Amino acid sequence: MPSETLYTSNPVIEVSHVCTRFGSTVVHEDVNLTIMPGEIFAIAGGNGSGKSTLLREIIGLHEQTEGTIRLFGQDVSGLGEQDAQNVYRRLGVMFQQGGLFSSLTLAENVAVPLKEHTDVSSELIRDIVAMKIATVDLPMDSAGKFPNELSGGMRRRASLARAIVMDPELLFLDEPTAGLDPIIAAGFDDLVLQLKAVLGLTVVMVTHDLDSLWRIADRVAVLGNGTILGVGTMRELAESRDPIIHEYFHGPRGRAAQSQYGVS
Amino acid sequence: MVESSSSIEPRICIIEDMIIQCEGAWTIPNLAALDHALQTIKWPDMSELMCDTMKISAMDTGGAVLLHRTLMTLRKEGRRVSVQGLRAEFGELLQMVSCNRSRIDEVDVSEPGYLSQLEQWGRQKSQQAVRALDFVGEATVHVSGALRRPSLIRWRAVFHSLDRDGYHALPITGLLAFLMGVVIAYQGAEQLRQFGANIFVVDLVGISLFREISPLIVAILIAGRSGSAYAAQIGTMKVTEELDAVRTLGLSPMQLLVLPRVFALVIAVPLLTVYADILGVIGGALVASSQLNVSGVEFVGRFEESVALRHFFLGMGKAPCFAVIIAMVGCYQGFQIRGNVDDVGKRTTIGVVQSIFLVIVFDAVCSIVFSWWKI
Ligand SMILES: Nc1ncnc2c1ncn2[C@@H]1O[C@H](COP(=O)(O)OP(=O)(O)OP(=O)(O)O)[C@@H](O)[C@H]1O
Ligand SMILES: [Mg+2]
Repeated sequence: MPSETLYTSNPVIEVSHVCTRFGSTVVHEDVNLTIMPGEIFAIAGGNGSGKSTLLREIIGLHEQTEGTIRLFGQDVSGLGEQDAQNVYRRLGVMFQQGGLFSSLTLAENVAVPLKEHTDVSSELIRDIVAMKIATVDLPMDSAGKFPNELSGGMRRRASLARAIVMDPELLFLDEPTAGLDPIIAAGFDDLVLQLKAVLGLTVVMVTHDLDSLWRIADRVAVLGNGTILGVGTMRELAESRDPIIHEYFHGPRGRAAQSQYGVS
Repeated sequence: MVESSSSIEPRICIIEDMIIQCEGAWTIPNLAALDHALQTIKWPDMSELMCDTMKISAMDTGGAVLLHRTLMTLRKEGRRVSVQGLRAEFGELLQMVSCNRSRIDEVDVSEPGYLSQLEQWGRQKSQQAVRALDFVGEATVHVSGALRRPSLIRWRAVFHSLDRDGYHALPITGLLAFLMGVVIAYQGAEQLRQFGANIFVVDLVGISLFREISPLIVAILIAGRSGSAYAAQIGTMKVTEELDAVRTLGLSPMQLLVLPRVFALVIAVPLLTVYADILGVIGGALVASSQLNVSGVEFVGRFEESVALRHFFLGMGKAPCFAVIIAMVGCYQGFQIRGNVDDVGKRTTIGVVQSIFLVIVFDAVCSIVFSWWKI
């Protein structure tokens, strides 16, 4: 892979020989991944191919059946309470369902990490929170609303605002653009690019959004049949001979996205 | 993050009376200290200031917000502030902040006044009362409909509920009723022995258990066990949009969720009451024979002649009413949950407290009415 050689520093995430089983259901058979700092890494694959599960394993929310996962060079499954907390402070996660605290307002949700992990004055917290809410393009009058009073797309953006409020080094996004209107989705891509440029963060995202994949992903891994079917830039994958990858990127939607962003 | 660890202390200070010197890592972990320094800083009386940011070694959004806010306050006071030496990437960050900042219009977060709070409270309460009436009315319509056409009743759900809320409640109900019998007999024993009226322990245990204690103890247990579960189940279904799915599939939540639970409890609570009666009397009889020398045969003999059947039926008459109260309050509170996890806990608690309260009020009313009728 040519892009691999571009980086000289240590990988942020190393996934080696991971197997995952739920009872008799085999989700991952042998998954290997290396994610370098500063890249936008996308994980693609069909519904139920185990993308969310892989993400949860990397974050340490679910333990893989076999294999090791290293996050910032530390083995995720062997982390003690204190180490885990230190690791969690360096990453932000946006969950597929939002994961907002339903008893807190949007602004309070976004403020949680700041309140818990720093002793910044409440005035400054309010400023930072307002900033982040504006960054993810949420209207200011939604700040006082509870999650059940927000639309699905607004909940996602709120979740993103909470994930980036501490300016994490590593950002995990599970289907960030699903359920967003096309303008917001494009804005979301811009936002990720901007965050990467300004803060230099590493982004790992699960997505089905072919436009996003073409526009912002530095590298993409396609998950299927329990393994990584292919890793590389979108252009490399578009030329892949693997039938599943081909199907994935050359369906009617794939072609439309490719003709817009791709070369051919 | 750019060079998150820096050797220079994060700092902001004034040098040469007109230069604001910013140094170190302007990152979230250091914000509190920087903010504190800013509170105590005394700005010079110059209309033109220079902000030297050359020595800022790291900056994140938090730091940028703080710097931006500081600059804005100074500019609002009519000073001109020029920023110099800011690294390109931090400049971009500051740009992003100020660009988003301009979109933030001031949010009005003022507390509502007492009068409007009172108004809100009143509205809420009256709405709640209307909703409760609405619920009772709808349930009554459904119940009467189901009684006319029993095929409408979901018997599977009724039996499931009977198993979970009735059968599985047997051990705890039995144990508690037995202990109540023991306690009542024990408490009575001391007094009765003084008057040599040992045999009256039978009246004491039998009448109090049949008329009051058994139905009440069963009702309280079921309210805690099943009433709370009903509220939580229905509430969670609401949160996960299952209730909406039920409605859009053309099914009635009343028929699907409420009626089976009401019917199941109406069957289960009286049966549990009989069971509690029996075990309570056994408990009483044991204490009577060990403490008061009233043998089992004597106990049963006295029981037959002194504890009239009406006491049993009065208690049994109250049991289904308690059941309706518990099931309805539990389900009603479940429907009141509004898609919020906190609400589930709150409404469940309210459901239990309310149903026990209503059960006892109903019981008190019954006692008064019965004593008017002299039964
Ligand atoms: N807790 C669980 N217990 C049992 N099986 C599970 C569990 N979680 C996930 N699975 C199974 O693992 C597989 C992968 O699920 P996962 O949620 O990772 O898919 P995904 O790739 O994220 O799909 P989608 O694109 O729909 O989000 C599925 O077949 C699912 O049934
Ligand atoms: Mg998923």
